[in-house]
Amino acid sequence: MTSKLLSRRALLTAGTVGAGALALAGAYRLLAPNYLQILESAENATFAAQRALLAGQPLAREFSAADMSPIFKANGTVLPEDPAYQALMANDFADWRLKIDGMVANPASLTMADLKRLPQRTQITRHDCVEGWSAIGKWTGPQLGPLLQSVGMAPNARFVVFHCADNLGGGNDGTGFYYESVDLFDAFHPQTILAHTMNDAPLKVAHGAPLRLRVERQLGYKHAKYLMRIEVVDRLTHLGSGKGGFWEDRGYEWYAGI
Amino acid sequence: MSEIAADDSKAPTTDRPPKQVIYRHRVTTRLTHWINVVCFTVLLMSGLQILNAHPALYWGQFGADDDHAFIQFYASRSDGELVGHTRIGSWKFTTTGLFGASAGNDGELTVRAMPTWATLPSFRDLATGRRWHFFFAWLFVINGLVYVSASLITGHFRRDLLPSWRELKPGHILRDVWSHARLKFPKGEAAKRYNVLQKGAYLGVVVLLALLVLTGLTMSPGINAAVPGMLDLFGGRQSARTIHFICAALMVAFIVIHLAMVVLAGPINEIRSMITGRYVVPPEDSK
Repeated sequence: MTSKLLSRRALLTAGTVGAGALALAGAYRLLAPNYLQILESAENATFAAQRALLAGQPLAREFSAADMSPIFKANGTVLPEDPAYQALMANDFADWRLKIDGMVANPASLTMADLKRLPQRTQITRHDCVEGWSAIGKWTGPQLGPLLQSVGMAPNARFVVFHCADNLGGGNDGTGFYYESVDLFDAFHPQTILAHTMNDAPLKVAHGAPLRLRVERQLGYKHAKYLMRIEVVDRLTHLGSGKGGFWEDRGYEWYAGI
Repeated sequence: MSEIAADDSKAPTTDRPPKQVIYRHRVTTRLTHWINVVCFTVLLMSGLQILNAHPALYWGQFGADDDHAFIQFYASRSDGELVGHTRIGSWKFTTTGLFGASAGNDGELTVRAMPTWATLPSFRDLATGRRWHFFFAWLFVINGLVYVSASLITGHFRRDLLPSWRELKPGHILRDVWSHARLKFPKGEAAKRYNVLQKGAYLGVVVLLALLVLTGLTMSPGINAAVPGMLDLFGGRQSARTIHFICAALMVAFIVIHLAMVVLAGPINEIRSMITGRYVVPPEDSK
């Protein structure tokens, strides 16, 4: 009798424990893929808070020549292997063109001379890598905002995408070309420039020759190098894995203000 | 820390004094303390994951590979074997197994500034480390604001934490240090409030945690544009990053001492007081 009771109790206990374990495993399977999404929600809070603080579009600090890094670290791709880029490089980028297309009235294909004919801005600013280091350099180039206005942006345009020549591999679309994107708030900031000159010399290949983006107030990976094409879009979902950039597709924040 | 109950309903059957229970910690203090424990643990471990991406700390506005690092964790090879190093200024230490080089997830000795058991995630993943860090940074800041405003409203800072002039006299501080060193903790009436070393430590922690938030924000290029004064306050982004690390290290030192004190002073009574608020006052020595 006792043993029967015990066995029934043991059965019940085992059943309860088993069901509980299954329920826990199920809950874990249900929640596990989502915990990263919960963590990622902090980016929205950071974005909202920083945009509120930056509503007046203040400038990032500009330094004096004496504050510049003696050696500006080159990071990420330092020499794109793409044959098309190599061909352009062999000719000292004389055949390079910057395409501007997407949601614009007048798609453009600009030479370096075209870009240098525009009003230029020079700024000595700090470059902050997501890894933690910083370097201060001097950048010159036309502002992105007026350039976008000159090609007639569609009123429902929301983002500006930068397509680059460096292929890092591993992309979902079969290629791993670097790309980045900013919204119009940052695109039209006075310090957002397309730099062709760094530290008073033509931009070196290691730093993104012939043209790179400077989007001060955000981390280094937003400052796309080796610019080939600027695309104006109303959403980012159709590019790469849909997160708005090469590193964004690999887990990093789209809003890199911290 | 207010006294609400003195349990002397039962008449003492021996000559032992009645057990006196006081209500030591308010609910805001207890709740924010435990939320802080979770937040700080995640922030520390994810912070070490972020540090592993560039384990060198500089002073000033900039700092990268070619600049002089003030603190550095690195590895070298000697006779084919990996050796971990820690350098602080001109002091060099061999720290194989802990800093610079330690066992990777496969057990092999690898180049890693901070060991796998100390980082979140344990494997190298800066993107996920940052996600943990900034989610818990928000919780930490909200929790800290709740604690600070509640403490200001209830007078917790003024009444319980701010030392009096009498307590700040060197003689008094030295006496407290001496009794702590002999592990003689306050009893009876004296145990109902914090002694000057506790007040100093807990106020110091509030300052350290505030510094951690401020130096963390000073590393943000967005905040730098919005509030440029913070860059001047801490002497630049890389100085802020170094101060951030030092404050975190001091917090770890505080936690080690704090936990040791809890264990030595009677862990059950101390931990219960931070959960239920109730604290049994250690009776005075009968003489």
